[in-house]
Amino acid sequence: MDSGQAMTGCRYGGREMTELHWLPELPDWRARLKNLANGPGSVWDNAVALAGARINFVLTNALDETLRRLLSGPPKELATKPVRLAVLGSSTLTHLLSAIRVAGLRRGIWIDTYENDYGQYWQELSDRNSALREFRPTAVLLALDAHDLTAGVTTAMDPDAAAAALTEVTERIRTTWRLARELLRCPILHQAVLPVHLPLLGNNEHRLAGSRAAFVTRLNSRLREMAEEEGVDILAIDDRAAHDGMRSWHDPGLWHRAKQEVSHTAAPMYGDLVGRWLAAKQGRSFKCLVLDLDNTIWGGVIGDDGMEGIELGQGSPLGEAYVAFQDYARELSRRGIILAVCSKNDEANALEPFEKHPDMVLRRGDIASFVANWSDKAANIRAIAEELNIGLDSLVFVDDNPFERNLVRQELPMVAVPEVSDDPTDYPIALSDAGYFEGLAITDEDRERTGQYQGNKARDALKESATDLPAYLRGLEMRLIREEFDRVGLQRIVQLINKSNQFNLTTRRYTDEDVIAVMSDPEAFGLQLRLLDRFGDNGVIAIVIGRLQTNKDLLIDTWLMSCRVLGRQVEPTTLNLIALEAGKLGARRLVGEYIPTRKNAMVKDHYAKLGFTVLEIDPAGGSRAVLDLAGYQPAETFIHVAEG
Amino acid sequence: MATESEIYPVLTTIFHDVFLRDDLTLTAELNAKEVRGWDSFKQIEIIMACEEAWKIRFTTRELDALRSVGDLVRTIAAKTGGG
Repeated sequence: MDSGQAMTGCRYGGREMTELHWLPELPDWRARLKNLANGPGSVWDNAVALAGARINFVLTNALDETLRRLLSGPPKELATKPVRLAVLGSSTLTHLLSAIRVAGLRRGIWIDTYENDYGQYWQELSDRNSALREFRPTAVLLALDAHDLTAGVTTAMDPDAAAAALTEVTERIRTTWRLARELLRCPILHQAVLPVHLPLLGNNEHRLAGSRAAFVTRLNSRLREMAEEEGVDILAIDDRAAHDGMRSWHDPGLWHRAKQEVSHTAAPMYGDLVGRWLAAKQGRSFKCLVLDLDNTIWGGVIGDDGMEGIELGQGSPLGEAYVAFQDYARELSRRGIILAVCSKNDEANALEPFEKHPDMVLRRGDIASFVANWSDKAANIRAIAEELNIGLDSLVFVDDNPFERNLVRQELPMVAVPEVSDDPTDYPIALSDAGYFEGLAITDEDRERTGQYQGNKARDALKESATDLPAYLRGLEMRLIREEFDRVGLQRIVQLINKSNQFNLTTRRYTDEDVIAVMSDPEAFGLQLRLLDRFGDNGVIAIVIGRLQTNKDLLIDTWLMSCRVLGRQVEPTTLNLIALEAGKLGARRLVGEYIPTRKNAMVKDHYAKLGFTVLEIDPAGGSRAVLDLAGYQPAETFIHVAEG
Repeated sequence: MATESEIYPVLTTIFHDVFLRDDLTLTAELNAKEVRGWDSFKQIEIIMACEEAWKIRFTTRELDALRSVGDLVRTIAAKTGGG
């Protein structure tokens, strides 16, 4: 293994099936744990942040133990209700308790746990003076293991005997539930039975009356029916293990060694499943899914690629994957999750696919709050929460762009931002595995929810945001790599010149030959700019072509930029570079043009914002602006410029 | 493939995480009696963390034969083809 790399993260090795893969990795996790008491926020807030990172079972234990050394009870200002959870079972459960407590921490909930003496849950329930009764639980988790529940079941049984055994076990469980409810007066979560038994007959195991494997399948089905009758909730680790693979949930060797039915590696997932239930019980599940558009619900950039150019729909695997993600989102909305859109786009461009694209699954009517503009996303997400009148802590934000994800995580830590790849196939899986929208029941109101929000008045104009963008930009460690046009970059340069529509001042389209001509023209320059940051290489994101005029003005013939890097100070940094090049050619002034098209309204005031004086505006809306280089002071930005 | 000298630094991180101490120095002779809190529960944590780290699975016999850090390192090296 690559030990150097593995040790910087919070895992020792590669991905486990049971890993909490939607949580982001925090590179300085261990240092922050050591510094829990002296970090920037309160001990609790610092611990909540660490619980929100992707950690394995060892670090889960480490976080739990460190926090419990520092805090003996819930902090006073907590918005959530502290939980006293009794975990009852007949096998070893200790290793699951810290994972449950950390899953609570992840949701801002303080959990105290109680575990019965080994194998004594029934006695403790019945005994009026037991430690369990003294613990006064606010919730009970019954975690009965498969070996205990199938004791006595054998293939020697005939069908009647097997059926009687099933009835006996289910009635014993029903009695346990009623006893727990009567004595402890709190909600009950019953763990579905983990199907650890090996089949004896094979594919048609269900025909073998006394098969333990078949018995567990029937028992799980009966448990769910009975849970409906008795008002008990189910912890579906059987479904989860089917999803992750039984081997990652249960290790027979570990059962023989320590009577642990759920293996350590699955403990964080187990804990999270319990945490979701506890949060849902407090009404703290997430309620709204906020979607980015470009490269999140369709492939490509609508403003540049247009309706015909975006990847969506049948015919390509990627297009189908985006359709599948949209379908998952729409199904969520039909069961009561509010959908919203937060996109950096001109609103008209962003709306077009919703209204006209034949393969769109989501329609404008499915979206309760639709925000498409060029402001930063943290500010826009605040506006969405305000418009919908729900808490920021009920929003989940999906965006393919790591810059946007991290901006929102930093500015709005209460918003859930799943870590996703650039493959849309992963997006529904991330949402589902994360369990953000854990629900306990479905009401008619849920089914009508989006409609209700849709009926709200049109959105107010965006409020002034309090987003601390400079601090975020400083932390990005951005580097702009400046290179003159060259043969290696030719293809990308020509592609950008011919594809960029939105951030494009003049929309002049050039061929390979035109670009090569710029390279050899001593009175002109062509710059290709690449942006790197903490999250990686954004590639070539801006192109500038400048030409010296006979009157010593430097005309900015072409200035275009990828909208992905908008709002990151690339524009003033680029101007610094243009001024530098112009100086080398002996220019006295910069002249910038804006030629309006149907798609480039966003750069209408580009030159004015950079301190140019606008000279003339033609009737079509085009303009010319100048900047005197004699008094020009380079703008200070958080971007470090380097030569390519 | 992991050699013994590659295994030690990773195993050290695992021990530091498991025991919440970064002053532990691993030697081949180190065993459970010499580290406070190294009980059968922690032993399983260490074993499972190693299985995750090197993508291996110890057999019951291998686990029963472990007496010291050196045993553990040699077993990992052998299982990953680095021993």
